[in-house]
Amino acid sequence: MDLTTAWFLIIAFLWIGYFFLEGFDFGVGMLLPVLGRDDVRRRVVINTIGPVWDGNEVWFIVAGASMFAAFPEWYATLFSGFYLPLLLILLALIVRGVAFEYRGKRDDARWRARWDRAIFWGSVLPAFLWGVAFANIVRGVPLDADHEYAGTLLDLLNPYALLGGLTTLTLFVLHGAVFIALKTTGNVRLHARSVARVAAVAALVVAGSFLLVTQTQYGKSWTWLAVAGVAAGLAGAAAANARGREGWAFIGTGTAVVLAFVTLFGSLFPDVMPSTTTAANSLTTQNAASSAYTLEIMTWVALVFTPIVMIYQGWTYWVFRKRIGTAQIPAAKAAKSGKTGRPGEPATRKSPIG
Amino acid sequence: MDTVDIARWQFGITTVYHFLFVPLSIGLVALVAGMQTAWVRTGKTEYLRATKFWGKLFLINFAMGIVTGIVQEFQFGMNWSAYSRFVGDVFGAPLAIEGLLAFFFESTFLGLWIFGWDRLPKKIHLACIWMVSFGTILSAFFILAANSWMQNPVGYRIDEASGRAELTDFWAVLTNPMHLTAFPHTIAASFVTAGMFVAGVSAWHLMRRKNVEVFRPSLRMALVVTAVASIAVAISGDMLGKVVTEHQPMKMAAAEGLYETQTGAPFSPFSVRTPDGTEEIVGFEVPGVLSFLATGSFDGEVKGMDDLQAAAEAEHGAGDYTPNVPVVYWTFRMMVYIGMATAGLSLLGLWLTRRGRLPGNPWAWRIGMLSLTLPFIASSAGWVFTEMGRQPWSVYGLMQTSQSVSPGVSAGSMLISLGALTTLYAVLFVIEFKLLAKYAKAGPPTEDEVAPPSEDDGDDDHDEERALAFAY
Repeated sequence: MDLTTAWFLIIAFLWIGYFFLEGFDFGVGMLLPVLGRDDVRRRVVINTIGPVWDGNEVWFIVAGASMFAAFPEWYATLFSGFYLPLLLILLALIVRGVAFEYRGKRDDARWRARWDRAIFWGSVLPAFLWGVAFANIVRGVPLDADHEYAGTLLDLLNPYALLGGLTTLTLFVLHGAVFIALKTTGNVRLHARSVARVAAVAALVVAGSFLLVTQTQYGKSWTWLAVAGVAAGLAGAAAANARGREGWAFIGTGTAVVLAFVTLFGSLFPDVMPSTTTAANSLTTQNAASSAYTLEIMTWVALVFTPIVMIYQGWTYWVFRKRIGTAQIPAAKAAKSGKTGRPGEPATRKSPIG
Repeated sequence: MDTVDIARWQFGITTVYHFLFVPLSIGLVALVAGMQTAWVRTGKTEYLRATKFWGKLFLINFAMGIVTGIVQEFQFGMNWSAYSRFVGDVFGAPLAIEGLLAFFFESTFLGLWIFGWDRLPKKIHLACIWMVSFGTILSAFFILAANSWMQNPVGYRIDEASGRAELTDFWAVLTNPMHLTAFPHTIAASFVTAGMFVAGVSAWHLMRRKNVEVFRPSLRMALVVTAVASIAVAISGDMLGKVVTEHQPMKMAAAEGLYETQTGAPFSPFSVRTPDGTEEIVGFEVPGVLSFLATGSFDGEVKGMDDLQAAAEAEHGAGDYTPNVPVVYWTFRMMVYIGMATAGLSLLGLWLTRRGRLPGNPWAWRIGMLSLTLPFIASSAGWVFTEMGRQPWSVYGLMQTSQSVSPGVSAGSMLISLGALTTLYAVLFVIEFKLLAKYAKAGPPTEDEVAPPSEDDGDDDHDEERALAFAY
């Protein structure tokens, strides 16, 4: 296989890995106000992804940096062209990242409520905007002869792209609901299942219509298989969820997320950034790529290290495989200070362990 | 302001801000790992209490380092697309390898360390924090390889057809002399930062004689680390200075305010000049020292800015090839003087606390607390010096900063981005500072609170209702 094609596949793999993993992180964040009836339940919801969200986010960093290394023209065009949406995504990820770490650091309901809003919006915005961005990549944008983006912000907000945004949003809500049901016990689990029931219908309608448009406008004959797979994944997830088989439901939503992006990347290839002005300005795997020498080095690094990363990340999921429920949430441990804790009562409680 | 200025301000603000958190993270995680190792080896509770206390401060700080790092990677594409197109072939590779090798490592094992206290066997859990430490240093290695390439491009050729830089020798990029000296210099400075931080916070508690059994060992460990690291900073800094003199003579000439080429050039510890920089108002000089620092010989020749400007014009055409001299001159001095101060302070601290002593004079402790800020100022100054001293180049001798900016991005978009990021960073700075102060003052957990986790191997299916050792 041609190295540029190989790198298209590697980058598609990194993005798809990102959306599979952080897709449910975003879903968990978006469902925080829905499933988190009280603070303990909110903590259950957040802690389903506590140990792993950070590692999941690195898939995005690596996908972006790999585009820089393997297809510098793609990286430069995409990130300068989609400037404001990407700025919003970055701001959202910053706020969301510190929110997880900081929300429990003060014993103050208003403080936590503020960070909970940060987690919610920090999840909604990227979940929606990534769909907008990738729909625009597939659809094509105006590019000039230097491959610079020649459109405006409004060009990015076309109906097809907005439908793409709704698609990732609903898919991730469903993926997150199923993940929470899989990782929790008790009321949170039951509630997540009923949310998943509704979200599955929404995802079937929204993602179904978006992918049908994509397939008829930009698809290849083989991507029909991927579209059918998305439908099967969603239907399977809905059926498994109704029977309380959460592991199968998660496999179903995961399949749907993966195949939805397989459809998008499949429709895109061999372009990486089609131009709507004239096809001659389009970026392809050929004219956007780095030199063969760089691609060769990067291929070796990727071939050796990607499996290692997957093994130790997989191990993390194994270490934290247990479900959690309200009973497992330890008492909040804010720092000892005069302001918190009632007099005569220590601000921190002894951990029940040992 | 045009887009180049806005993009430069954004790069400066986001980079200096990011680098307030990074050195502390790199150094502190190693200190925390050292404390946890001491606990695992000796079983002494005070080491576990120290691990938990410093670990918490590390996590509050680390969160900021991570989230602000995302902006660093993506502003190359957003604000500097012309640069990215020109150098992506060379510059992208270390960046991508940093992500694949180091970021995954750090974040995954950090998750395991934070949440794994009762899920992993003791020694595996300890290994996780060492993995995080290794990851942070590996990350610095690759990002400094990328930065050093901008300072001193090696292992590339310019492709005639496309006009782009193309990688010809990746090994040369990794063993760039600039990189081989900048990397140890940065890591050593990170250990000074963490050492002074731990010493400063310990001083606050020790002045009040609080939790002495936790903070005295912390202080001693921090002072030893700072003393050793300060020496390493000085040695690597001296080596780096010689490499910079060789490859970026203009930067060192500006750092010295040296306008005319001289043999036996003097070092000027202090100098105030007229606004155009040509005449000295007050100042003094130590003869021969600059030549020695730059070349290793007291009567070596050091090129001055006037000759270098003329040579650059002959090579690259008309233009101003001199960086902003006052900024470069003073940031260089701040970095050097503070480096000397931390070395002296750490040795003084070690002597004052020798053989179980704790000074009674509150000023000893107050100075200890205040010096906590010094390394942050020094490393910020160091980066401003490094990056400003490279101007007008984004890639030294190859591409000017003014040609690197994204041609398609409007000044309005960039201003929105600059404003939004600066505002958010300012708000987060206040929050971060307050949280660090709060948890630093709160002190370590009590002996009861760290009652050792049960000795089983994490397989606790018999106890479904047991609370998690840590939850957000």
